[in-house]
Amino acid sequence: MRQIAIYGKGGIGKSTTTQNLVAALAEAGRKCMIIGCDPKADSTRLILNRKAQNTVMDMAREKGTVEDLELEEVLLHGFKGIKCAESGGPEPGVGCAGRGVITAINFLEENGAYGEDTEFVFYDVLGDVVCGGFAMPIREGKAKEIYIVTSGEMMAMYAANNISRGVLKYAQSGGVRLGGLICNSRKTDKEFELISELAAKLGTQMIHFVPRDNEVQRAELRRKTVIDYAPNHPQADEYRELARKIADNKNFVIPTPITMDELERLLMDYGIMESEEAAV
Amino acid sequence: MSTAIKETQKMIEEVLDAYPEKAKKDRAKHLAANDPTGQCSTCQVKSNIKSRPGVMTVRGCAYAGAKGVVWGPVKDQITISHGPVGCGQYSWWSRRNYYNGQTGIDTFGTMHITTDFQEKDIVYGGDKNLDAALHELKGLFPLAKSMGILSECPVGLIGDDIEAVSKKAEKEFAMPIVPVRCEGFRGVSQSLGHHIANDTIRDHILGKGLLEKSTPYDVALIGDYNIGGDAWASRKMLEELGLRVIAQWTGDASINEMGIAHKAKVNLVHCYRSMNYICRHMEEQYGIPWTEFNFFGPTKIYQSLRKIASYFDDSIKEKAEKMIEKYKPAMDAVIEEFKPGLEGKRVMLYVGGLRPRHTIGAYEDLGMEVVASGYEFGHSDDYKRTYPEMKEGAVIMDDATLYELEEFTRRLSPDMVGSGIKEKYSYHKLGVPFRQMHSWDYSGPYHGFDGFPVFARDMDMTVNSPTWGLIRRKK
Repeated sequence: MRQIAIYGKGGIGKSTTTQNLVAALAEAGRKCMIIGCDPKADSTRLILNRKAQNTVMDMAREKGTVEDLELEEVLLHGFKGIKCAESGGPEPGVGCAGRGVITAINFLEENGAYGEDTEFVFYDVLGDVVCGGFAMPIREGKAKEIYIVTSGEMMAMYAANNISRGVLKYAQSGGVRLGGLICNSRKTDKEFELISELAAKLGTQMIHFVPRDNEVQRAELRRKTVIDYAPNHPQADEYRELARKIADNKNFVIPTPITMDELERLLMDYGIMESEEAAV
Repeated sequence: MSTAIKETQKMIEEVLDAYPEKAKKDRAKHLAANDPTGQCSTCQVKSNIKSRPGVMTVRGCAYAGAKGVVWGPVKDQITISHGPVGCGQYSWWSRRNYYNGQTGIDTFGTMHITTDFQEKDIVYGGDKNLDAALHELKGLFPLAKSMGILSECPVGLIGDDIEAVSKKAEKEFAMPIVPVRCEGFRGVSQSLGHHIANDTIRDHILGKGLLEKSTPYDVALIGDYNIGGDAWASRKMLEELGLRVIAQWTGDASINEMGIAHKAKVNLVHCYRSMNYICRHMEEQYGIPWTEFNFFGPTKIYQSLRKIASYFDDSIKEKAEKMIEKYKPAMDAVIEEFKPGLEGKRVMLYVGGLRPRHTIGAYEDLGMEVVASGYEFGHSDDYKRTYPEMKEGAVIMDDATLYELEEFTRRLSPDMVGSGIKEKYSYHKLGVPFRQMHSWDYSGPYHGFDGFPVFARDMDMTVNSPTWGLIRRKK
């Protein structure tokens, strides 16, 4: 069983990308599972064709304690039998969402949610590795590979670099490795080259460049992945390609994060950001 | 339904009347009049659920269960309270788990270690601090056989990866480093802490010890924490019975003993609540049967000796009979000495693990009656084992509140109450004879043939002390 964690800046398209790529894997007959590690609980909406399923933490809150929870209540099956679970957690500004992720993952593990025949487990993790809770999926014995979703926008690249730092910490103490960057295109200038270069600087690869296409949007509005909604659309093939590359990937590294200055220089080199002299 | 049950139910209702509607409805499920036959459906209590917010529950937490009960007594392990200083400080040697060894050299029972979390550890994570502590301890105490990292609440909240720190140190020190995720907020009581601790024994220690040779009479003494020397008293008896005790869990236990219990022919379980998990595991994994026994008071001791012997050949069965014959006169003498002063005295118990039911026989041997009993953290299987032990109409309490305990005391007017340190002084103020039944009040052992004379003397001393005549008992 391969356990894979997907990180990236908030709003970059982690959940959409993850669900599309998992749908492609499932379509190819692979047994997959998605665990949403985000209090917003929208990591499985396109697979289940509906939102607001019972999250682990919501159910635990209802029952009073997580020990009283039954696995069947929180583990659902969606498109092509993909297993789905959401950690859930508090609304913004209260409580501890990180602890929610820890509790939920422990619960799923202890209750054998992964099963014996599951080939891929994907953790879709919120935004940045802000605290220990959001690093839970990359702890010892859990996800061994990480992919970071990014785009050519500076802050997305900044986040990718930051996440690499978190990965570095856990790579040193455990076995987690970076498998690559997934570029979810925003159609910024020289995006392909820029992310390839960033990947090289981080010691990894850009595993796939997912072009921007409105078909994704249309599918999402119908609570579906492109694989499900428009299987013959070229965008569906892009996700199939991404899925294939991830399934075949052998390139796992301990990342080499860069400094903020280096990141800015990279942007200048590609002419995206003016140098200070030029700006004056 | 008998009148005894009806009367008790009426009394329970009166006690509950003081509560607001919702609290009353909730607490009603946890209090019942006993029906020994188990036929009466309203006579069963609900248990192992979250305490009602706002009431004075006397429960502990998962950390208390994992550290205080299960891991704490293991003598050659250094048990670290990982987190702010309070949890470690207030749980310092509160359970009187006796052990042999040179403290600070090869054993560490009375020493408490904490990583003393500060603000910066919360913000920046406490892993480095923990790693440093492990190294420091390794240097200071080279004879330690293991280290246990017992998580306090904040460690679980900030999500420190203590497993990774443990794994690294384990390799470096070539000894088990056991991370125990027993954060206090997990579960509804200390009970989950027992379970978590059992699981860590299973994952890190069990099966890794060295036992040079096996005999057909090897047993493990499970769920005896050697409070005031209890496990020693029990061990002595099992040895006299012709058995070889290869492990004591966890009173006076060494890490090696923890690692070889799976080689026992039978697991003998005293405290079922805190250690049934590992027994079930050994049953499934290694096919080892387990049996519960009770070494409180001669009646139960005789029954238990015969029950234990039934797992072995005739030579052991004969020895059991011989032992009973040998010790009966001494036990009868104890009864003869103390029964006159205790006959007809009424006892109310509110304790943990096994005592609410296991001590009943010992009281009855002395002519006393247990009129109310309850568990802080029992589960339904504990209560099922308790109903038949008690008289019809006796009060059964689960997760009782201090208010309920006081009210039942006023109404039942017991001659003594047996509970813990949190209850002790409020009972003293009420003028009610009181005995600590968690820690034996600086006394013990209470188990076995050695323990019963001490038990009888202590109960007599409690009930019949002239001191109580000097205090006006509150009505």
